Amino acid sequence: MTREGYVNSALVAALIGVPLWAHVAGEPFTITLATRAVIFALAAVGLNLALGLGGLVSLGHAVFFGIGGYAMGILAYHAQIYSPMFPDTLAIEGTKSMPVIWLVAILCSALAAFVIGLLSLRTTGVYFIMITLAFGQMFYYFTISWSAYGGEDGLSIYIRNSFPGLNTLVPIQFYALCFALLGGALWLSARIARSPFGLMLNASRQVPHRVETVGLNGQRAKLLAFVISGAITGLAGALFADLNRFVSPTMFSWHMSGEIMIFVILGGVARLFGPVAGAVLFVAMEHVLGDLSDYWHIYLGAVLLGIVLFARGGVIGLLAGQAKGHD
Amino acid sequence: MSAILIVEQVLNGLQFGVMLFLMAAGLTLIFGVMGLINLAHGSLYMIGAFIAATVAGLTGSFLLAVVAAMAAGAMAGALIEMTVIRRLYHTDHLDQVLATFALILIFSEGTRALFGSFPLYLDTPALLSGPVTLPGGIEYPRYRLALIAAGLAVALGLWLLIAKTRIGIQIRAGENDREMIAALGVDIRTLYTFVFALGAALAGLAGALVGAIQSVQVGMGEPVLILAFVVIVIGGIGSIKGAFVGALIVGLTDTLGGVFLPELFKLFMEPASATQIGASLSSMAIYLLMAAVLIWRPTGLFGVRT
Repeated sequence: MTREGYVNSALVAALIGVPLWAHVAGEPFTITLATRAVIFALAAVGLNLALGLGGLVSLGHAVFFGIGGYAMGILAYHAQIYSPMFPDTLAIEGTKSMPVIWLVAILCSALAAFVIGLLSLRTTGVYFIMITLAFGQMFYYFTISWSAYGGEDGLSIYIRNSFPGLNTLVPIQFYALCFALLGGALWLSARIARSPFGLMLNASRQVPHRVETVGLNGQRAKLLAFVISGAITGLAGALFADLNRFVSPTMFSWHMSGEIMIFVILGGVARLFGPVAGAVLFVAMEHVLGDLSDYWHIYLGAVLLGIVLFARGGVIGLLAGQAKGHD
Repeated sequence: MSAILIVEQVLNGLQFGVMLFLMAAGLTLIFGVMGLINLAHGSLYMIGAFIAATVAGLTGSFLLAVVAAMAAGAMAGALIEMTVIRRLYHTDHLDQVLATFALILIFSEGTRALFGSFPLYLDTPALLSGPVTLPGGIEYPRYRLALIAAGLAVALGLWLLIAKTRIGIQIRAGENDREMIAALGVDIRTLYTFVFALGAALAGLAGALVGAIQSVQVGMGEPVLILAFVVIVIGGIGSIKGAFVGALIVGLTDTLGGVFLPELFKLFMEPASATQIGASLSSMAIYLLMAAVLIWRPTGLFGVRT
């Protein structure tokens, strides 16, 4: 096993062991923290596909996180008030069932990623960063003025949605669900990275013109990667909404986009477990430093600056040595 | 819908536009010369506003406050250029985004720790307060008119600086070929620090000027920053002319859209939902505009086509 392998195994062991310990010891808050970390990790695994593999520096992934959140919020809200959407025409019933909500969240965010990707991928470099950022703001301001679903105040959902065979109100059971989904997403990213599609994506990040020369469509691969990436982040958004039982426009804010990107970078770009390590570290810092000082973002900024300037492989890079694949 | 309202809103749009230009000019200059994307530009704007409010509170002089804001912006800019930004010129955009995002966190929380979470207020100077009567009997705030004039004056000054002076020649040469001008004996490090400080001073100036019509608070720079990004994407990154045209387009679209789109929808819808849809659409209008410009010209109106 490589050193990175040991680091990854330790991380997985901690993500299984700590919540189980907390469950036995009766510390539900620790489980909630772990759930938060796992959901953030899922969002970052999504971004890592576009960022690490495709080289697409998206500063607008909060769009998909927010769409996932609002998919949950809107469906559960209609179930909660017993009134369908578009009552006069389509009369779509709301639902409290997680699998249905997840499916809707994934489809909606994939669709949004397709449209945003189609427009944004016409540009590269710094234009791409700014355009994805601007699309994020567009959704942010739209939800603020969307008073049917709470506008700036957001939507509260009173009871967590249900999953067949589980009691999602028990913290450890909801955690297990999120953990399983994270595992699935990691498995999918590992598969994608090793597939012909992933190799092509990797190649077209490094030398786009060579990929074009051998007759492959690098642009289309990037778009597909962006769509899958958006869909995974969207799923994370739906879970995040369920964790808090609340959605608001802040899920769309560009700070959210920045934070998802921070998870990836803290852990290490283009490493399979980088987003997981980054999200765990972020939540731990948020909790520990947040207790020490109201102004913990200063320390977060300093750590981030240190990593960007001096430790470019992120935490996994520090622990496991030499970066692979990231230029 | 009266002519007076239209003139007023056009003036508001112009005023918003020239203030956006002050931000966008610095961003586009920094990107054009150093190839750096600076998210922390909004923090410099915030610093300008806080320093202006503090100095005005201490001395009572608005002019002194504006000068102090520009100086503070330039100093903060030079400081972060020499400590952090300088290390980022040769890295990829991802590192630049993250490092400058980290600077935002540090500046915002630092300001909150120093000044608290409550907004500060900066009064308009006595000389410039009150309305002025324009031809046609339109009453318009004197201060906002002064902002338009100040913005245009800065735009003119910047154009003179870039087009007519020795340092302007160096800046333009630096945009084209940094190795060559370094080989010709221009101290490129000092030039970069100067350009960054110049952009920062403009951001500080914008913060101070706008601080008198808005509340001065932590996070005030970020909406402006993102609008300034939209401006330079529309105008073409690296182009001062593009920044000017883009700023006016964005300023006018945002202001006029907010007023006239709901009115437009009222023509064929019931008022309540017209206001709702008009408001939603107008908040998205500039982003839709930006998307349209990019489909038409992916490098902006005045950008270099590659």
